[in-house]
Amino acid sequence: MAEMTMVQAINDALRTEMRRDDRVVVLGEDVGKVGGVFRVTQGLYDEFGDDRVIDTPLAEGGIIGAAIGMALYGMRPIPEIQFSDFIFPAFDQIVSEAAKYRYRSGGEYTCPMVIRTPVGGGIRGGHYHSQSPESLFIHTAGLKVVCPSNPYDAKGLLLSSIRDEDPVMFFEPKRVYRAAKMDVPEGEYTVPLSKAAVVREGKDVTIIAWGAMLYEALQSADDVSVQGVDAEVIDLRTLWPLDIDTIIESVKKTGRVVIVHEAPKACGFGAELLSQISERAFLHLEAPPVRVTGWDTPFPYTLEMEYLPLAHRITPAVLETAKY
Amino acid sequence: MEVQTTQSVIRTPEKFLEGVATVIGPDGRADASHDPKLDRALVKKMYVAMVRTRVIDERLVTLQRQGRIGFHIGSLGEEGCILASAAAMRDQDWIFPCYREFGALLWRGMPLQDYVNNMYGNANDPIKGRQMPDHYSGKKYKFGSVSSPIGTQMTQAVGFAWGAKIRKEDLVTSVYFGEGATSSNEFHTAMNFAGVFKTPTVLLCRNNGWAISVPSEKQTASKTFAEKGIAYGVKGIRCDGNDVLAVYKTVREAVERAAAGGGPTLIEMMTYRLSGHSTSDDPRAYRIEDEVTSWRKADPILRLRKHLETLGMITDAEDQKIRDDVDAELKLCIERAEATEKPALSTMFTEVFKDMPQHLQEQFDECAAGPRPKAQH
Ligand SMILES: Cc1ncc(C[n+]2csc(CCOP(=O)(O)OP(=O)(O)O)c2C)c(N)n1
Repeated sequence: MAEMTMVQAINDALRTEMRRDDRVVVLGEDVGKVGGVFRVTQGLYDEFGDDRVIDTPLAEGGIIGAAIGMALYGMRPIPEIQFSDFIFPAFDQIVSEAAKYRYRSGGEYTCPMVIRTPVGGGIRGGHYHSQSPESLFIHTAGLKVVCPSNPYDAKGLLLSSIRDEDPVMFFEPKRVYRAAKMDVPEGEYTVPLSKAAVVREGKDVTIIAWGAMLYEALQSADDVSVQGVDAEVIDLRTLWPLDIDTIIESVKKTGRVVIVHEAPKACGFGAELLSQISERAFLHLEAPPVRVTGWDTPFPYTLEMEYLPLAHRITPAVLETAKY
Repeated sequence: MEVQTTQSVIRTPEKFLEGVATVIGPDGRADASHDPKLDRALVKKMYVAMVRTRVIDERLVTLQRQGRIGFHIGSLGEEGCILASAAAMRDQDWIFPCYREFGALLWRGMPLQDYVNNMYGNANDPIKGRQMPDHYSGKKYKFGSVSSPIGTQMTQAVGFAWGAKIRKEDLVTSVYFGEGATSSNEFHTAMNFAGVFKTPTVLLCRNNGWAISVPSEKQTASKTFAEKGIAYGVKGIRCDGNDVLAVYKTVREAVERAAAGGGPTLIEMMTYRLSGHSTSDDPRAYRIEDEVTSWRKADPILRLRKHLETLGMITDAEDQKIRDDVDAELKLCIERAEATEKPALSTMFTEVFKDMPQHLQEQFDECAAGPRPKAQH
């Protein structure tokens, strides 16, 4: 065991897998000697050299397209997109190509690769360094989408993602990157994909969150407990394919649900979650389900704390749902 | 501390600029055969603007270190190519910025107070605190709006000029980008469209040696960035970006050619990023200090100052006064900016569309009525 931040845990996962499997390569902008703008790949260049830790030209479409080519050849590329806000030049390669190769080739070709990219706000990054575009990738069939909330899960989920046979979008909440340390086992271990975690048990209301907003959900759970409301908190960990069973089990118990995400409300992942909950547990609901999300506006700079669905907005929503 | 970097070659100004024509020689005198023979007042004005840009830049870095502003991305060492290229545009021409061109925006007439307000993202920020600092917009000054995604402005500058060409308006656009951006999809598309439709566009590549930690020779296998023009049928030229007279001359000729129907030009302005990429970056992790030192001697401000000395147009006292003046002006702007409140909550919801749709009105009402966050930036 060692105390690690999420940055260190992801770095450790990459190092662990690169030692075990020489097909694994890391590529992206500034990922080499300097170790990435968040230093997630620090030290890998020194250990594995410039054939496996590659500084690319500034072209996301090139990074992902080339990574797809490497994956088709039989390698395990882990491209980094510096901020998920800059993923859009590569959108075509991701949604039209990586996501579709297996299906469109009748199973002949596959693109096992992990696209790592920092996500989310709360770091004074303004519109272009703060967005949460996860639902765009969930909506396109063929991608797995992961978003860890803590160092332990980050390492275990990344190892599972690298070993997965399908392309995985691995969103790293940058607000959590260095926020806290946690015991992380050395060497290999995995956290399974598509398994949510009930991080706090409760009987009155289910709060569903992931990534950086999990901590806001937990804060609210503490806040409402003072007022006698016992909230259950679920960390989705993998957004897609979804662990719907854990959610339904919880909702059947509490009958009340609050969903939290940073992305805008309209067509955010919360909309899909609520639909599935309605389809499967409608008669168990005792209150209208609630979404606490980013507003349907671009992500602002100065007013970002007014934009984010932080505890000050989650807590009243949970109380209202509980009282309904 | 001895820092080991991946940098294998030190690119001194001499090496970087091999074969590139200069106007202002080492002795400060202009080479008579290339001298654009500019009005002396204009040359002086460019000098003053460059010094002001430098002083502002340095002050903003300090403010960021003190936690008074969130971020700054500046033009330390690149003032020559930025100011001279802006000065070479005609009044009716439009400038599409990258993110290091606040000097060009001030040149075009934005009041310093407006720019400082943008750095604070306060209620008087022309863009209402909606973007990070240095993401200014200046339509009034025929100046575009900065966005972070690399490269997107290039095709837009081509389209703007193309529109003017279709409507037979005498207007040229210039667009700034770093050499790293020549790897983006947008560069190739912009060059292709500009070439095919012969748009009146001047594409200004600031080759400052670095794209964050990636040295320019890792962006391309071409010998120069200018030669990329050949494949697109676009004239490509390199110039000494720290030589104000050379930049002015090259850009002005390109503007005149474009205005006369001669089509686009790609200009590679050879310069150097003396600072880190931004206040978020520590370049000691990846670059050799000797390279930086060699470029300090090639500072565009020192170069132009030497030229002005040969013309008897600058004294130490005058130089000091330029600095003192901008210092005093800046101090006042900062005081006012810091005394200004945050943008109103409504600014988060307005201008998503021209008129606020029902769903945003509802969200605005909900936000306004709701509890306020504990922490604010
Ligand atoms: C599409 C996109 N990818 C990545 C980034 C992150 N990024 C910001 S600046 C930069 C380097 C730009 O280098 P260059 O184009 O040479 O311009 P310079 O900063 O040197 O002026 C990178 C990679 C971005 N802003 N947009």
